[in-house]
Amino acid sequence: MTTKDKYKKVAYYPGCALEGTGHAYNRSTKAIGKELGLDLVEVKNWNCCGAMEVKNIDPKIQTYLSSRVMSVAANEMDMDVVMAPCNGCYHNLKKAEYDLANDDESAAVVDRLSKKAGHKTYESGQVETIHALDWIKDAIGEDGLRERVKNSLNGMKIANYYGCMYTRPRHIFPEKDAGPGSESTSKPHFMDDLLEAAGAENVDFPLKTACCGGAHTLSDSDMSTKLVLNILKAAKLAGAEVIATECPTCHSGLEMHQIRAEKVFGEKVEIKIMYFTQLLGVALGLKPKKVGVHENISDSMQFLKQKGLA
Amino acid sequence: MRSLAKLEHALEAVTADPDLHAAADEILKVSEEVLEHWIVAKGDDPTNDTREGFRLLALHRQGAKGDPSFNACRETCREIAYHFNLVTLQPEHAETTDRLAMMKMISNHLYLFVSGKMQVAELGEFCCSSRPVRQATDVDAQLTKEA
Repeated sequence: MTTKDKYKKVAYYPGCALEGTGHAYNRSTKAIGKELGLDLVEVKNWNCCGAMEVKNIDPKIQTYLSSRVMSVAANEMDMDVVMAPCNGCYHNLKKAEYDLANDDESAAVVDRLSKKAGHKTYESGQVETIHALDWIKDAIGEDGLRERVKNSLNGMKIANYYGCMYTRPRHIFPEKDAGPGSESTSKPHFMDDLLEAAGAENVDFPLKTACCGGAHTLSDSDMSTKLVLNILKAAKLAGAEVIATECPTCHSGLEMHQIRAEKVFGEKVEIKIMYFTQLLGVALGLKPKKVGVHENISDSMQFLKQKGLA
Repeated sequence: MRSLAKLEHALEAVTADPDLHAAADEILKVSEEVLEHWIVAKGDDPTNDTREGFRLLALHRQGAKGDPSFNACRETCREIAYHFNLVTLQPEHAETTDRLAMMKMISNHLYLFVSGKMQVAELGEFCCSSRPVRQATDVDAQLTKEA
């Protein structure tokens, strides 16, 4: 079976953020999946991936939590691909996969906890974890998208922001940096490729993998605001009208700290922030509401109207 | 080595006028000193080696040794080096002023990232694992007090 066929039906792991602040990402991911004829089957009774909170206290518990999600997909749903649109979830599932393949102690802990919890132990390699970018890129591809675009983004200038967890640490993503066509950990480009196929003009954005300060948000809000402000200003200087995101934490951070920067530091940066799935959805002819543009904190409806996309 | 606060002010003060090359030099120097702070906090001596012609890249490598989370600023350092080359090797380019402004922003990001890591304790294991450094400095401070 080709990757293209394999990704046509995947187990969907939305994760906690997509049920809360990242709701628009959930809505737009499902909407474009349906529009593109791709089947998303939500992982039954899924749990937290372990996020940063659990991982910080006990990384092996995080490995177990992530492995349970993969175990349900593999052993209870007979799926061989898990798609996680959230960078945090995606990262944690990949890390769990790596740990289970390379660390006997982690494997033993996972086995013990799985038995205690009463489900089959996940064995390394049972499923392949992919990101929403891999999903669209491989199942549809740029040519497939070009054929389906109804409302070209028509030269919309976009800074693609990937955040820090999509490519780091490199060793948990063996499929990246694997030659022509693969994703790059130093200069990721899958989002650039997809949005360009939808008619966007990507700007050269040097902070595409820089830290957004997501982990500082509650403990040191000013630091987060300064990091976000710097990202917004750099995107603006690069000529972008929109920052495209593929992580709910980064997205929420950029939106909230854009507002906070104005309130706290008196600095207003006029730039729109949208999930790449929202931009693709609009390009595929879906109404902005269908992809949750109205659920974003920053109002992009007027901007889309000006562009003739709403 | 200037203090982090002084480095922030030094970065703010950089302008393209009158000497573009000197401005790029200063941004690069500030970026190096920011990394020196991290390395010194970890108890090491900052290297004078270079990688790919830049001490900045050697310092980053040194800072990330044994601490993979520090790689979250690897590309930031590489972008600073790249923009330094753009500004100094193509000074007549139409976008040189913007390139210098971008270099300044990237350097500012490095400053914010590193100073944040040094100030905030006990954050996520992946991108903000400043706890070991904090613990080390706390122990040092305690020992200094006791002495």
